[in-house]
Amino acid sequence: MLEVKDLVVNYGVINAVKKVSFNINEGEIVSLIGANGAGKTTILKTISGLLKPKSGEIVYLGNQIQRQAAPKVVASGISQVPEGRHIFPGLSVMENLQMGAFLNKDKQQVQENYRTVFERFPVLAERKNQDAATLSGGEQQMLAMGRALMANPKLILLDEPSMGLAPIFINEIFSIIKKINENGTTVLLIEQNAKKALSISDRGYVIASGEVKLSGTGAELLANLDVQKAYLGG
Amino acid sequence: MQTFFQQIINGLSLGSIYALLALGYTMVYGIIKLINFAHGDIYMLGAFWGYYSINAWHFNFIEALLSSMVVGAISGVIIEYFAYRPLRHSPRITALITAIGVSFFLENGMAYLFTSDTRSFPQVIQQHNYNIGGVLISNIQILILVTACILMVLLQLIIKRTKMGKAMRAVSVDADAAELVGININRTISFTFALGSSMAGAAGVLIGLYYNSIDPLMGMTPGIKAFVAAVLGGIGSVPGASLGGFLIGMLETLFQSIGLSAYKDAVVYVVLIIILLILPAGIFGKNVKEKV
Repeated sequence: MLEVKDLVVNYGVINAVKKVSFNINEGEIVSLIGANGAGKTTILKTISGLLKPKSGEIVYLGNQIQRQAAPKVVASGISQVPEGRHIFPGLSVMENLQMGAFLNKDKQQVQENYRTVFERFPVLAERKNQDAATLSGGEQQMLAMGRALMANPKLILLDEPSMGLAPIFINEIFSIIKKINENGTTVLLIEQNAKKALSISDRGYVIASGEVKLSGTGAELLANLDVQKAYLGG
Repeated sequence: MQTFFQQIINGLSLGSIYALLALGYTMVYGIIKLINFAHGDIYMLGAFWGYYSINAWHFNFIEALLSSMVVGAISGVIIEYFAYRPLRHSPRITALITAIGVSFFLENGMAYLFTSDTRSFPQVIQQHNYNIGGVLISNIQILILVTACILMVLLQLIIKRTKMGKAMRAVSVDADAAELVGININRTISFTFALGSSMAGAAGVLIGLYYNSIDPLMGMTPGIKAFVAAVLGGIGSVPGASLGGFLIGMLETLFQSIGLSAYKDAVVYVVLIIILLILPAGIFGKNVKEKV
């Protein structure tokens, strides 16, 4: 579905991503794990069109998308839930969701999407007229995910969805990610919480200093001693 | 007491024009963090358009008002496209200096094309004065106040209710996230300039009716006063800009009425200094910390 080939991205003068290659098959949950500053977020921003790569290719459903602007990438079915949630403060929960469906001209489908999102996140339905800034961290994460789902993505990119959340919310977020995947959306997940991420992933890649160091199925990586030492706390 | 009410009425009509102008400053600042110093000159363009369209084509008030809004909107979009868009990723000071340059260009360009003579604005509407309990109100004052209020309510509805208005708010709070949901940033910024500049175009026609005279430099002082109004209300806040406009208008007429006409401009700048010292975020503004 998505193939990243020899991707090189510079962030200012820093060479943040050095020849990274990986692929995602339709229906999978794939996670990129690694420490802070490993280049994971840069990879994600390049896929979604916020950053332009120096070289390399990103092929999505047979088309090269590495030079496309972000709105075009969204239109083609890739939605990103950015790190730190980035909901729109000052807009209500409902308006945030409406913005998620900004490119969707089919009103009936948008209505249906609201229903699906509210079913998945009942708390958003309760607070739909509230300013999004008044939500708790976990609720904001749900809103950010709901907003991305409003675009009917085929592939959803999740950047650190568990960051800064209470443990009870973390479990909930991961079970929601699984459900989203079971409903037919392919997931690319970026996490520092490697244990959790790998336990729900089909496959994973370990990224360190801008390179892929290891790859394998979720279970393989979880069992791998090196990974355990470096990222899973022994 | 009568003089007091008289000054309130005068202040409200002048203030509503400042409010229309201040809205443009605040909306543009909200979305690209630029003080568009050429904004006052769009108001001048609106007034000139009103002057020529009424004299040459015998437009009535409504036609002159609506067409000057269109002219204002188009000039705003053109200015943004050629002057500010290329500087989108430059330091803010670069764009600010460019805005001052655009302002000089418009003022002197218009002076070159149409001479810097003061013209008397054609009175499309016959002035009538009504005496209500000793307070004189002209139909033009009522017209200005009503028109300005209708435009402000419309603007508020556009910002709050329409999809484009919500996109504007989304871009102004988080441009990257807005791009990630598929909002076209450039188009949204153009839309903001069009909206804000159309208000300035309308204000130009209204001031022509009120003061009867227009000239190519007429946008300078009201432009700066409207900027003060926007800062007073809290730059970036739409209701704040309206309130600030009315307050500045009232303050100015108040100073005129107590015989300090010579200081009516100075007092507005004193207000700016006081706000910046005491309440830098303005009345409705949020104290936003710079992100690092």
